[in-house]
Amino acid sequence: MALTQNEVLAGIREIVEEVAGVDPATIEMGKSFTDDLDVDSLSMVEVVVAAEERFGIKIPDDEVTKMATVGDAVNFIVSAAS
Amino acid sequence: MSDRRVVITGLGALSPLGHDVASTWSALLQGKSGVRHLPADWPADIPAKIAAPVATEPSELMDRVEIRRLDRSEQFALIASREAWKDAGEPAVVSERLGVVIASGIGGVLTLLGAYDVLKEKGARQVSPHTVPMLMPNGPAAHVGIEIGARAGVHTPVSACASGAEAVGYAFEMIRNGRADVVVAGGTEAAIHPLPMAGFANMKALSTRNDDPERASRPYDQDRDGFVLGEGAGILVLELLDHAKARNARIYGEVVGQGLTSDGFHIAAPDPEGTGATRAIQQAIASSGIDSKTIVHLNAHATSTPAGDIAEAGAIAHALGSNAAHVAVSATKSMTGHLLGGAGALESIFTVLALAHRIAPPTINIENLDEKITLDIVRDTPRQLPDGKISALNNSFGFGGHNVALLFSSFEMK
Repeated sequence: MALTQNEVLAGIREIVEEVAGVDPATIEMGKSFTDDLDVDSLSMVEVVVAAEERFGIKIPDDEVTKMATVGDAVNFIVSAAS
Repeated sequence: MSDRRVVITGLGALSPLGHDVASTWSALLQGKSGVRHLPADWPADIPAKIAAPVATEPSELMDRVEIRRLDRSEQFALIASREAWKDAGEPAVVSERLGVVIASGIGGVLTLLGAYDVLKEKGARQVSPHTVPMLMPNGPAAHVGIEIGARAGVHTPVSACASGAEAVGYAFEMIRNGRADVVVAGGTEAAIHPLPMAGFANMKALSTRNDDPERASRPYDQDRDGFVLGEGAGILVLELLDHAKARNARIYGEVVGQGLTSDGFHIAAPDPEGTGATRAIQQAIASSGIDSKTIVHLNAHATSTPAGDIAEAGAIAHALGSNAAHVAVSATKSMTGHLLGGAGALESIFTVLALAHRIAPPTINIENLDEKITLDIVRDTPRQLPDGKISALNNSFGFGGHNVALLFSSFEMK
């Protein structure tokens, strides 16, 4: 099932709020997980596992290391789910 | 002996009696019990169905996101440390002169068991990446150290039920030997879970007075039948006297001595002769250089087990000799239950407050004093302590034969 960028972004917002307590309104495509959103390497693992479950996909570890921004994650998930 | 004197300038607690030191101390003086029935879904085959949970859930005292990354014992330690640090006036101290020593008897056992359930039920991928930092016994000390930027050293002594007292003693030494000027010290424990309680119950260590929880923890009573498991944390800020004076800090009291010995006897049973405990008390007094006649109060380990209370009482009588008759002995676990690694720290707070306010807290639930007890027990209501320079001991003993005696003195600014 194809997902839109907006649907995935909405899901990521919920996950990051749950994991890191970040105000969802501030979670935008260009934000860096570590620099802007207080998602450290451990919490990033939580985000990834929650995203896999929510979107029914697998995110390989080498892809996780490339996900610097919210947009990187959203775009990967959109393409992986299509 | 070091000429670096060590005083207490901050206190913090989250206990079965209160969410902070003031509420805990007030309930203690009123002789209130923190022991409760466990929830209705508690496993039927565990004979002990009572415990002493913290009076206020951490979720009411700290942020939701913080909670999910911290073991319950870490939550307790951080909450109590924040109170203690604020109480001390958030001392300005060079980070390389600031230390942390926070103990735990068991570590993050709730995290460990919860994560194992996740592993079995949902698979390895779902095990939280926070699991190891949450279950490691040094986690509470590390989190507090990171929060206040302590760089003189962060340590976690582990000696079962003596752990919290050993932490206070270690902190005392860190300042005396010149490694640090301010140390945040104490103990924490969160182990109210069917597994550790099944283990303790099978050692016949726990009270099964399930129909009367508030009367279950009864040190020195002839019908005592074991301890009641409690949870919580106690934290003290220890500070070099000169450092505290320079910043005009409020000083609760002074740490003047400690004695640390081991039984070399049995993994769980106390040495019935109590020689290790006797030596610990003697060492604490001898190392302090104080006049032992100033000792007017003792917060006993007294967990309400048949063997332990007697062994300790004998050790106290032996170590204090003829002075024992002038020492008001309080067994505060009658109200708090037994916080394991948190106990020695919480009871250090009680001992310090007893000196500062000149009042010894009561021991509740003694209906018939065990005839083998010859000590002067403070029963049912608090007792006034004398004016002038006074001192008090705090005993803690742990499975494995660990004996810790801490000695505190009143302090008056000159």
